[in-house]
Amino acid sequence: MSKTVTPLWEVFIRSRNGMAHKHVGSLHAADSTLALQAARDVYTRRGEGLSVWVVPSSAITASDPGDKGMMFEPAESKIYRHPTFYDVPDEVGHM
Amino acid sequence: MAATTNIRVTETPLVLYALRRADDALVLGHRLSEWCGRGPALEEDMALANIGLDLLGQARSLYAYAAEVEAAGHDEDGYAYLREAPQYRNLLLAELPNGDFARTILRQFLYAAFADPYWRAMMRSTDPTLAAVAAKSEKETAYHLRHTAEWVIRLGDGTGESHRRIAQALDDLWPYTGEMFEADAAEHALVESGAALDPAAFRAEWERTVADVLSQATLAVPPSGWMQKGGRTGRHSEHLGHLLAEMQSVARAHPGATW
Repeated sequence: MSKTVTPLWEVFIRSRNGMAHKHVGSLHAADSTLALQAARDVYTRRGEGLSVWVVPSSAITASDPGDKGMMFEPAESKIYRHPTFYDVPDEVGHM
Repeated sequence: MAATTNIRVTETPLVLYALRRADDALVLGHRLSEWCGRGPALEEDMALANIGLDLLGQARSLYAYAAEVEAAGHDEDGYAYLREAPQYRNLLLAELPNGDFARTILRQFLYAAFADPYWRAMMRSTDPTLAAVAAKSEKETAYHLRHTAEWVIRLGDGTGESHRRIAQALDDLWPYTGEMFEADAAEHALVESGAALDPAAFRAEWERTVADVLSQATLAVPPSGWMQKGGRTGRHSEHLGHLLAEMQSVARAHPGATW
């Protein structure tokens, strides 16, 4: 296999106005201009997007899977933090 | 089994015009489809397939219009699958083999730099169907132009090898660019009526676009010398017959098959 030197990019797409950009996947591209075009070509072929972001994967700082007990388990026992004790009116829409 | 005889097309100026543009799009789109699964990277494999599908869609609209105007019972499939090379009316540029990635990208760039402003202007055609096809095509070709221009710049101003490859492609493809600006009496009749536009009127803009991108790509614009032509009247290179043999093989082996 040839050695790859093409940087990796993370792709985020906003599907509708008012929605947040969501992570949809990643791709390889030499620079941000080509990354944006590749994101358009790979991830918006079926009308998925109104807006695309690309971010160098190297710019992302990720949590360590080994820390997941410390990071996330303390929240599991605190059900009173969930907004499930009252009804959200339909008119509020997407939250 | 039904016979697979070729159809005979009555080429009135408007039918001929639609077929010429449709054949450009079909043949060039088919060339891009040959990259499917063989692109230099997944991302570019899909980009080339996307451009190919855009062109296929343009071809279908124009064939459907040719069928409506000719009113001889022909359809899109008939025009695509039941004509032989001398009946095809596409630019020679469109049928040239893909070669390497640099050549494919450059061929697409040289075509898109013409097609994009051409279709944008054709949105004002007095023929409502052609104006509608132009409105759809213009958005597609705008992206084709942007995408291929970015690659021409990066290949030309990239490594020694990428520069050598695209410089070679430029030398080889350049003599095929002049045909884009040719128009015969049949086409001039449509220009008179406002249904079509004289392609020669787009030459200056094409030259500016090409000169700008080539200069960013550190490539020299070749001198404008003798130009190849003949595709518009059915005098093709040896490459088109091979392309059609493959593209038409299923339709000719199983006439009228559906799936």
